[in-house]
Amino acid sequence: MLTAFDWDVIRRTAPFLFREGMTFTLTLTALAMTGGIVFGTLLAMMRLASYRTLSTAASAYVNVMRSTPLVLVIFWFYFLVPWMGGWLLGATRPIQVGAFLSSLVTFMMFEAAYYCEIMRAGIQSIPRGQMWAGYALGLSYWQTMGQIVLPQAFRNMLPVLLTQTIILFQDTSLVYVLSITDFLGAASKVAQRDGRLVEMYLFVAVVYFAISFGLSSLVKRLQARLTVPGR
Amino acid sequence: MKYNWNWGIFWQLSPDGRGTYLDTLVAGLGWTLATAMAAWVIALALGMIVGVVRTTPTRWLRRLGDAWVEVFRNVPLLVQMFLWFFVVPELLPASVGTWLKQLPRSAFYTAVVCLGLYTSARVAEQVRAGIQSLASGQRMAGIALGLTLPQTYRFILLPMAIRIVMPPLTSEFLNVIKNSAVALTIGLVELTASARSLQEFSFQVFEAFTAATLIYMALNLIVVIGMRWLERRLAVPGLIGSGQAMPLAGH
Repeated sequence: MLTAFDWDVIRRTAPFLFREGMTFTLTLTALAMTGGIVFGTLLAMMRLASYRTLSTAASAYVNVMRSTPLVLVIFWFYFLVPWMGGWLLGATRPIQVGAFLSSLVTFMMFEAAYYCEIMRAGIQSIPRGQMWAGYALGLSYWQTMGQIVLPQAFRNMLPVLLTQTIILFQDTSLVYVLSITDFLGAASKVAQRDGRLVEMYLFVAVVYFAISFGLSSLVKRLQARLTVPGR
Repeated sequence: MKYNWNWGIFWQLSPDGRGTYLDTLVAGLGWTLATAMAAWVIALALGMIVGVVRTTPTRWLRRLGDAWVEVFRNVPLLVQMFLWFFVVPELLPASVGTWLKQLPRSAFYTAVVCLGLYTSARVAEQVRAGIQSLASGQRMAGIALGLTLPQTYRFILLPMAIRIVMPPLTSEFLNVIKNSAVALTIGLVELTASARSLQEFSFQVFEAFTAATLIYMALNLIVVIGMRWLERRLAVPGLIGSGQAMPLAGH
């Protein structure tokens, strides 16, 4: 068994895996996280808005996203984004959208629903009196939110937001279904070319584990530091 | 730019020989349900054990439980799927590996085992949190009354803890249903995969995916309603109710 283990295939292809695959994975994770948190925060503000239409629309969006498997959402956007782009640009036919852009839109829109729920809890954890105090001082809604409520909500929820990002990092491996060369996709291509499935998939698992485990240990430390003692 | 909607597509015959395209979807739904249910049974059973083990006073047992959870939580589900499907049969003795690979419906069995173990780590985490949320006096009282440790768990800690973790377990159950879609990568034709095949044969992309999305949403609704009913039945009188606690990151 392990005597037939070909370490060399890993050593040989690691530069390719990290340069092509991991770069894609990390870029996608970082951009999707940024977009997802921004869009998710807006969604959370919509969900908590007093205008019925806004809050209904936002909760409908979040509920649909949260009850659909990510794989299906990836397929949805893969076909939907060209049509949306064509419609936005007034083209006569669906436009060509690259694999990266398509998966970026997917993950931003999908994760926004999850970030939204986190941010909503964060905003709701702030005493309502702070909103009133802001208004009483003559600040507008956006000023009160932007300068008083959101910074605190964000800080309180930082560990959960980061944990969600670690999950996002793992989830990006699902772009495999679109045959994209992310970290897993790259490894899978090598595995099939060289007939070295055991080595490559084990290596991928170890790398994902090391990164996710390391990051989540950091998040735990951060959480311990942020916790107010005695609460 | 115009998309040709054709909602009648579901009643047309599909080339997979199963009847109409609707039958294809229903067959997919059946595999989704079978996979999710079977995986959920494994996840609940193992998750309970691992969750309990992580709260016992025995140090090496706790470590083992922690390791279990960390391993299954920190590797993407898709990678785990590939490990079980491609790697495990190679690492077993040749005869067993061959038998596994030739097993009819091997994708289904692999998906069940993989999803079950993956979810068991998440269930274990919830069960541990539930047990640890109980006042430590309850455990001490049990021991002081002369109950053995297993008896304390059986009669005092678990009946409370399980009721407390019902809401998070509901969302884990929803997750199992959704995560079963990942099994399409190893060739299981569950709901998402059958929507995909409908799309590939008929080119009616958006009808196919809309139908699948609606079915998933209906499943979600049924589970949520069912679990709410169960929660009410099992509610501990006198507690404020578990409501929505802090949100946990996850799917």
